[in-house]
Amino acid sequence: MEAYFDNSATTRVLDSVKEIVVKTMTEDYANPSARHKKGMEAEQYIRRARAEIAKTLKALEKEILFTSGGSESNNLALIGGALANQRAGRHIVSTAIEHPSVYNPMEYLEGLGFEISFLSVDGDGHISLKELYEAVRQDTILVSVMYVNNEIGAVEPVEEIARVIKEKNPNTLFHVDAIQAYGKYVICPKKQGIDLLSVSGHKIHGPKGVGFLYIREGVKLKPMIYGGGQQNNLRSGTENVPGVAGLGVAAREMYTDHKAKVEHLFELKDYMMDGIKELEGVTINSKKGDKSAPQIVSVSFEGVRSEVLLHALEERGIYVSSGSACSAHHPGVSGTLKGIGIPQRLQESTIRFSFGMFNTKSEIDYCIQVLKELLPVLRRYSRK
Amino acid sequence: MVYQSFLIKYAEIGTKGKNRYLFEDALIHQIKNALKKVEGAFLASKESGRIYVQAMSEYDYDEVIFALQHVFGIAWICPMLQIEDKDFEHLKETVTNYVDEVYPEKHFTFKVESRRADKQYPIHSEQMNRDLGEVILKAFPETKVDVHKPDVLLRVEIRKVVNIYSLMIPGPGGMPVGTNGKAMLLLSGGIDSPVAGYMIAKRGVKIDAVYFHAPPYTSERAKQKVVDLAKQVARYSGPIPLHVVNFTDIQLYIYDKCPHEELTIIMRRYMMRIAQRIACKTDGLALITGESIGQVASQTVQSLAATNEVSSMPVFRPLIGFDKQEIVEVSQKIGTFETSIQPYEDCCTIFVAKHPVIKPNLERIRKSEEYLTEKIEEMMESAINTAEMIWCD
Repeated sequence: MEAYFDNSATTRVLDSVKEIVVKTMTEDYANPSARHKKGMEAEQYIRRARAEIAKTLKALEKEILFTSGGSESNNLALIGGALANQRAGRHIVSTAIEHPSVYNPMEYLEGLGFEISFLSVDGDGHISLKELYEAVRQDTILVSVMYVNNEIGAVEPVEEIARVIKEKNPNTLFHVDAIQAYGKYVICPKKQGIDLLSVSGHKIHGPKGVGFLYIREGVKLKPMIYGGGQQNNLRSGTENVPGVAGLGVAAREMYTDHKAKVEHLFELKDYMMDGIKELEGVTINSKKGDKSAPQIVSVSFEGVRSEVLLHALEERGIYVSSGSACSAHHPGVSGTLKGIGIPQRLQESTIRFSFGMFNTKSEIDYCIQVLKELLPVLRRYSRK
Repeated sequence: MVYQSFLIKYAEIGTKGKNRYLFEDALIHQIKNALKKVEGAFLASKESGRIYVQAMSEYDYDEVIFALQHVFGIAWICPMLQIEDKDFEHLKETVTNYVDEVYPEKHFTFKVESRRADKQYPIHSEQMNRDLGEVILKAFPETKVDVHKPDVLLRVEIRKVVNIYSLMIPGPGGMPVGTNGKAMLLLSGGIDSPVAGYMIAKRGVKIDAVYFHAPPYTSERAKQKVVDLAKQVARYSGPIPLHVVNFTDIQLYIYDKCPHEELTIIMRRYMMRIAQRIACKTDGLALITGESIGQVASQTVQSLAATNEVSSMPVFRPLIGFDKQEIVEVSQKIGTFETSIQPYEDCCTIFVAKHPVIKPNLERIRKSEEYLTEKIEEMMESAINTAEMIWCD
């Protein structure tokens, strides 16, 4: 049996996505900027995708900018946003549990002379609105908070965050890294007070190498890629038509029958958590209920190194991540796990199970069964 | 300048008396092997005591030099201009053009050294040196002659054809692989063992390698890293058959039965035993390790003695007196460093004790190993029989 529980790292693409990707590669492959008819046909795919995506966010079509994925969206929002607005101030606020594609651009900006404040989180991974209120100043140009944390699934109260920010400084821009949230939640940036929102295609059963940034009408960004002036000069480069078309289809699919899809994920998550609870020596770092994302279950297994457990599970066809897949290249401490106060020894024993729409309960049964067999053996052989 | 051929100069193998042909043949074989990876057709041949590489088609110069610089036994690579012998006037013109093209900057001293293998040639060598020197001086007045320490030594050889060359590109030295038997390299994912393999291959030894894989404690990526390293060493040594031995069961068995602080030493003794048995089966005559005195607990002199004891084959430890920095420098030179520092755990470190023995007592180690008598023989055989062989080229 194979059980792919690493959907927060990436997902399998939908068949409908695959079809449109192939079609735009082999049939409607012209350059969307070309003047001829074939070019216009290619452009239609981009228009359609833009329209589909705008609809899911109740946004304007022109507010959607296609990028190469989540990391680029975050980079453009933060660096482009900071550089375009530095006359108003050079202070930025973020949190202790951001993804490296937010954290590292912040570090870059710090090098350019910007001042960055990082908000702490409580044991559940939530920031304090009071601390946020105190952190925002007259020269704060940008606040960046992730919607759903990629390691434990904590959901930040973005709407309230937006309200607090605007109350203190109405000119401060609010960026939300929604890479783990889009497709799981109904997001309405205008209503929720979000100015910039990053999304990635391959986390929602779309293709890799494509994503988008929602940019509220009127928000100024400094472009990071210069060239032929595509996408209103904000991001040059021939549009990735297959990727964009695939992303459009994936977005539409995720928000069709959306409630049922999310319920399916919640069911899997609760089922998994109930199964895991029965095991000995486990700490579940994710919470039940709607303050935690439907697709992520983070578990610390006392006395077992996550690397080893990951490979032992892989031998049985079960695929998971240790901590977060993105930080797997830099073994060591995870910002989030440390941020929510998990002791060091458990941080190194933490596994993330993440679900997607193709997963089933019987895969979870299988996984629990395998864990029951593996844990005692792995615990017996450990470093002394 | 398009060179049609290269003169290959070798150093040490020139001194091997009656066995010399064996060394030359091995070198030609290795050159052919290296050039297989380069686009184009080449002919490597031996002619009156010298080795030539002849390009039979268009080729990329840098690629050829790169390939030849990985062939042990080559001391120098000399790109040559080869012309048909028409007459001396034609030769003068060709030499002038050669100098003009190869040395755009003309402020240099030079000396012409000509040789006539064809003694029928109407002009004596001495005369030829003078005449060609004069021609160059006249064409490029900025140049000067210096017969003692010239910047450029221009050689002109009259054979069936005329060879003109002056560039000498250093090769890797050493001896052609295949002239000195075969040895089994214990390859981990670290910095040292690939360097050790490189150094022994440099002395003409063919390399086989063994890697101890311990899933789930070591990952597929750790194994891929070792395959990558073997391939990088193979650029010098020629293809390496890599034997991947699954070591998990043995390791856990030792963990269960032996004192924990002796685990690493006992484990290494079994690695040596297994490596030796595989070497026996594959005509290997020695083992190679990347050990260096005192680097870690298992490489103290006492520990080395303890692991050495189980091998009846000689164990080559070419890095034994190297400092870490010196090893790193070689690994950077041969291009294995970047791969070696990827952070995947190897099986030596997974169960390592907080305080491993650093001065193992042989008597005690032997006693501890007695606890393994029941199953270890069978487990070793099974590990050897199920080993996977990966051809690394």
